[in-house]
Amino acid sequence: MIWQRKHILGMRDLEAEEINLILETAESFKEISTRTIKKVPTMRGKTVVNLFFEPSTRTRTSFEIAAKRLSADTINFTVSASSVSKGETLIDTARNIEAMNPDIIVTRHSAGGAPYLLSKYVNSSIINAGDGAHEHPSQALLDMLTVKEQKGKLKGLKLAIIGDISHSRVARSNIFGFTKMGVEVRVAGPATLIPVDIEKMGVGVFYRIEQAIEEADIIMMLRIQMERQKGQLFPTLREYSRFYSLDLKRLKLAKEDVTIMHPGPINRGIEISPEVADGPYSVILNQVTNGVAVRMALLYLLAGGGDLD
Amino acid sequence: MGNKKKILDRLGIGRILTRISHEIVERNKGVEKVVLVGIRTGGMYLAQRLQKMIKDIEGTEIPLGVVDITLYRDDLSRKAVPRLRETTMPFSLDDKRVILVDDVFYTGRSTRAAMDALMDFGRPECIQLAVLVDRGHQELPIRPDYVGMNVSTSYQESVEVMLEEKGDEDQVVVI
Repeated sequence: MIWQRKHILGMRDLEAEEINLILETAESFKEISTRTIKKVPTMRGKTVVNLFFEPSTRTRTSFEIAAKRLSADTINFTVSASSVSKGETLIDTARNIEAMNPDIIVTRHSAGGAPYLLSKYVNSSIINAGDGAHEHPSQALLDMLTVKEQKGKLKGLKLAIIGDISHSRVARSNIFGFTKMGVEVRVAGPATLIPVDIEKMGVGVFYRIEQAIEEADIIMMLRIQMERQKGQLFPTLREYSRFYSLDLKRLKLAKEDVTIMHPGPINRGIEISPEVADGPYSVILNQVTNGVAVRMALLYLLAGGGDLD
Repeated sequence: MGNKKKILDRLGIGRILTRISHEIVERNKGVEKVVLVGIRTGGMYLAQRLQKMIKDIEGTEIPLGVVDITLYRDDLSRKAVPRLRETTMPFSLDDKRVILVDDVFYTGRSTRAAMDALMDFGRPECIQLAVLVDRGHQELPIRPDYVGMNVSTSYQESVEVMLEEKGDEDQVVVI
């Protein structure tokens, strides 16, 4: 297949074929990060702007390393240092950056749909690095790459996503992505943290972690996002931890070769016990390594192809 | 245009590779320090064949690497994005005599890209280029050291190296 897409806004509009191409490209890119000289000249002369309206260390760093390993120039534009605090609108900020002719803008914003809005107003390619509680496609892709590496396939696997589903863009992107690739997805959490009608996304809904992780091939634990929650959605963190954390005892319910994932940052002792986070089934750090490869693949695919024939 | 002209058959390809493998051994006075690097995809299969033939001559299996030059090309933003495949270089190229293997030598741009890639894996003592077919129209100051066959072609023609490893019958055709 020939890559045609200009922006990466979400997993929702990616076709299975495109997901496969991204994952295969990322697999080839992994090798570069193991070389002594971790750099290829592919994106020489291209400019990538990281336009972040929300704090982020790992995603921004990961995109920055990815761009640098491809020899692109990177500029970080973060909200604290920007004119947004001086009252500039999103579109004006983007147009100002556009005037400096970047090729790709990687953006994160607290409002869902912000990257889509930007893509309508600027000529650069837009990569969504997380928008509100909407989507985080590069995270879903790196999760899929990690699972593919661990299990050798995606189709037919059972994935359990546990925790704050309502506020999680990671959960949403993963649900879109994994279901498209033929994975059975289950979600579990307190009823207050599960969106109404989520069944319509093609997932099984559970309110007890034990039921959701039974016979699961992959368990993905999510962080409780206190910063996004409004009002009291569960009594106490301690109670949440007692009912929903993944510990060694609960882990026995899953398949013997279960893979444990977490998008980070992890809260040890709240959603995941330290023994599980550091245990042999945990691939949390592989996820970080794969993040760079997946982001290199996205930048590469978007940067190439002038006139498609 | 439109006509297929067969310029090499299975036997022809076999004889050429036998000759080139002897030339490699002769020119490098043995195979100590010699490594083969095939350019994906055609060059990779030819390098594998050369590795086997050199083993039959010298009794040693020389190391074999594969390089994908996609990331080093100079025309990335001018064409549809090519599918990226893996580069495998399980050894350092420091002080090695590298035999770079490609199926067709044309403008020299793939060789240029491959040499840039090789330099990222160490500092070889020298790089020599082996090709099955030299079709002319070189655009850079690069020349192959081992040539299977010289063919004059026009810009409109294309030279296709078909190999068993790719699911074809061994032959080279000009289209």
